[in-house]
Amino acid sequence: MSTEVNEIEELANREYKYGFVTDVETESAPKGLNEDIIRLISTKKEEPEWMLEWRLKAYRHWLKMTEPTWQNVNYPPIDYQDAIYYSAPKMKKVLNSLDEVDPEVLKTFEKLGIPLEEQKILSGVAVDAVFDSVSVATTFKAKLAEEGVIFCSMSDAIKEHPELVKQYIGSVVPYTDNFFAALNSAVFTDGSFVYIPKGVRCPMELSTYFRINAANTGQFERTLIIAEEGSYVSYLEGCTAPQRDENQLHAAIVELVTHDNAEIKYSTIQNWYAGDVNGVGGIYNFVTKRGLCKGINSKISWTQVETGSSITWKYPSCILQGDNSIGEFYSVAVTNNKQQADTGTKMIHLGKNTRSTIVSKGISAGRSNNSYRGLVKINKKASGARNFSQCDSLLIGDQCGAHTFPYLEVNNPTAIVEHEATTSKIGADQIFYLNQRGLATEDAVNMIVNGYCKEVFNVLPMEFAVEAQKLLSVSLEGSVG
Amino acid sequence: MNSNELLKNWYVTNFKTFEDNLNGESKSKFHQVRKDALSKFRELDFPTLKDEDWRYTNISPMLNYNFRQPARVKIKNEQIEKFLFDKKDFITLVFVNGYYDETLSSIPKEVKGLTIKNLSTAIKENFNITEKYLARFALYNTNIFTALSTAFLKEGAFILVEKNSVIEKPIQILYVTATGENVITNPRNLFVVEENAQVKIVEIHKSLEENLNFTNTVTEVIVDNNAVVEHIKLQDENLRSFHVSRLEVDLEKSSNYSSYNVSIGAAISRNDSNARFNDEGGECTLNGLYLTQGEQLVDNHTMIDHAKPHCNSHELYKGVMNDKSRAVFNGKVLVRKDAQKTNAFQENKNILLSEEAIVDTKPQLEIFADDVKCSHGATIGQLSKDALFYLRSRGFGEEFARTTLIYAFASDVVHSISIPEVRDRLEAMLAEKLLKQKETVSLITE
Repeated sequence: MSTEVNEIEELANREYKYGFVTDVETESAPKGLNEDIIRLISTKKEEPEWMLEWRLKAYRHWLKMTEPTWQNVNYPPIDYQDAIYYSAPKMKKVLNSLDEVDPEVLKTFEKLGIPLEEQKILSGVAVDAVFDSVSVATTFKAKLAEEGVIFCSMSDAIKEHPELVKQYIGSVVPYTDNFFAALNSAVFTDGSFVYIPKGVRCPMELSTYFRINAANTGQFERTLIIAEEGSYVSYLEGCTAPQRDENQLHAAIVELVTHDNAEIKYSTIQNWYAGDVNGVGGIYNFVTKRGLCKGINSKISWTQVETGSSITWKYPSCILQGDNSIGEFYSVAVTNNKQQADTGTKMIHLGKNTRSTIVSKGISAGRSNNSYRGLVKINKKASGARNFSQCDSLLIGDQCGAHTFPYLEVNNPTAIVEHEATTSKIGADQIFYLNQRGLATEDAVNMIVNGYCKEVFNVLPMEFAVEAQKLLSVSLEGSVG
Repeated sequence: MNSNELLKNWYVTNFKTFEDNLNGESKSKFHQVRKDALSKFRELDFPTLKDEDWRYTNISPMLNYNFRQPARVKIKNEQIEKFLFDKKDFITLVFVNGYYDETLSSIPKEVKGLTIKNLSTAIKENFNITEKYLARFALYNTNIFTALSTAFLKEGAFILVEKNSVIEKPIQILYVTATGENVITNPRNLFVVEENAQVKIVEIHKSLEENLNFTNTVTEVIVDNNAVVEHIKLQDENLRSFHVSRLEVDLEKSSNYSSYNVSIGAAISRNDSNARFNDEGGECTLNGLYLTQGEQLVDNHTMIDHAKPHCNSHELYKGVMNDKSRAVFNGKVLVRKDAQKTNAFQENKNILLSEEAIVDTKPQLEIFADDVKCSHGATIGQLSKDALFYLRSRGFGEEFARTTLIYAFASDVVHSISIPEVRDRLEAMLAEKLLKQKETVSLITE
């Protein structure tokens, strides 16, 4: 037992693998938040007047709001005036190819194991790399343009496709939605914009790697994906961040809209810096993600693997407005050391015969706390609605906590709603069985945990599934109870 | 001064009159507890939908009335006979408008090991016990209704079962509200079951007339080492009334407590049933059944606190909602750090019978130990089409097949009650509620 404990400690003390800082000159706004800063952001981004107006409205609304306190996570109060709301890598000109990208930036990606070139050649994934809030390289643009797919940074979209942005921005997550949504709406600096025209099946999986750099910069991305009638797109989002001493706030917004018969598959791997063993440093990941199944037979599927961040607090949700629309949520959330996670989903059934599936796997180790919080709401008019939820928790060690807070609100007698939850630990007999067959305890735990998460990994795109398994073993190594 | 404050002031003013009528008891040591509770009551606010524990239960209709302290009334035995089980087979306590009625009650001269009496008498005669347990478990510093109950604490059932005594006869306690509109009663129970003792208790809440009344009841149960307690509560008040109830159970080493909580009546009813394992090896069952119609609202909150290792808890709550009624369920299981080898199972099942019925359920697990088996499940749905088809293929009419299945669904909860008379009565009552035709009632219950 004592050797195991030592092993745990040793592994828990392991430094964050991706902890390094890229030395790129950054151009930053002064600290603090006021209307002038928002005007500065808007000017820097050469935004039209209506965008600035919208930002200011959001900011004025934000001033009236108070920070929520109901969540099952704790953090010291955030001083919103102590952060920089705009920073961009200094660039001399518009880039046409990868050669023109700052070599430092390229090196960073290489360290992360995702060199752009390799991505381009091997995986056929178009990468819109967000490096400190400004897109530095966009690949495969030509091929996508052929199909009529628009895949660009949010700031470009505002300039080049203002009518689309104007129509959809804030239509799923209005700036009045919550405290962090209002903040994001006021100060968002970049993000991705995807538009899939009618009947187009996006020829490749779209991907953005986010990366936080530059100390004290909050990241306020804003992603908007629109799938027109009969279209399909699979979008991957993944993040790693360098080691920092100060907490960094990440308050992004993701909005998805699907029209008739369209489908969006949104996959996330989140591995922001989780803080050290005592939870010092680490990212606050407070994100509002919401999809609107607007048309009939439309589908939105969220898949997430959450291993990083000192605090993860998000509920990717689906509003099932169109008849027969489908919402899915698959999640693996791993917390170790002093990490905290309060995550889950909301499935709002409005249309007839709407269906939703929730599969949530929580794993807590070390001294962490992992909560599932989910809402299934069946509206009065949503006859024939169907929901199945399963949320399992796995506890590793006796210092951690697992919590489930499912809310089921049913307003229609034809609905069928089922919720199941279990909590358990890795059995000593399971470990023994694998030990007996020559597997080290650590490998045995990995194998069991991977099996436990299989349902979620199965729905991840191939490239991500491999990375997810790797991440999981890194996050959990040695935490054998 | 807002209406909330006005209402609180109303009760505070009433307390003066209440105090004057205590006949010298206001000088007793216990009276300080009442005064503390009253000052807490002043500090606390009535819950609103913004309070997480009340987010689905709007109690504002209850706050529209200034409920008065009840008057003592005399009623005849025939009026309540139908509410009671045969007095020959039960030890009976009857409270009318919250006041103990000696003539209607029937307590055998001497039952070995059993002390059963009105709580106000027990506060004087069994001071050591009441001092030790009364208001020690149902804490009043956070719950405004408990604070109110404690401030006006006077009468109720006091049951003490001494070490190694097994009470063969079940005990029935009837709380009936009689004449008087807008009356509040605060029935208060204290059950102390000592080591190796066993007892079965049936608590019945009824109204004699259609007056709008408010029952605010608090029950504390102490189950000592190896003791076994079965506790059935039937709430069948009139559909205009309000019912707020709190149950606090303390389980000691290897004790066993099971509760059956049946809610049928009241316009708004709220039950808080909390159990805490204070030592190892305990076993706790919390079962509940709620049937609602019209515009009723029933809210069940349960909380099982696994504070110690090696304890088991089982929870089964089922509900059938009709018309515009609404049901809320919130089941919390807390497994504290070091409470290893805990088994906790919780289930909540609901059937909605009409377009406008609503269910809000929130089963909740909070776990801080790793070697545990915990699960919860919640379902909301309708009757299985296959089962309906099966019955219809065997000649059951659609309506009858449907009600038969609902009856089977609901009666599941009361099946394991060990007092045959109580089980039969509840099953018959269910059948009568669910099946409209009388002949089918007998068909099923036979």
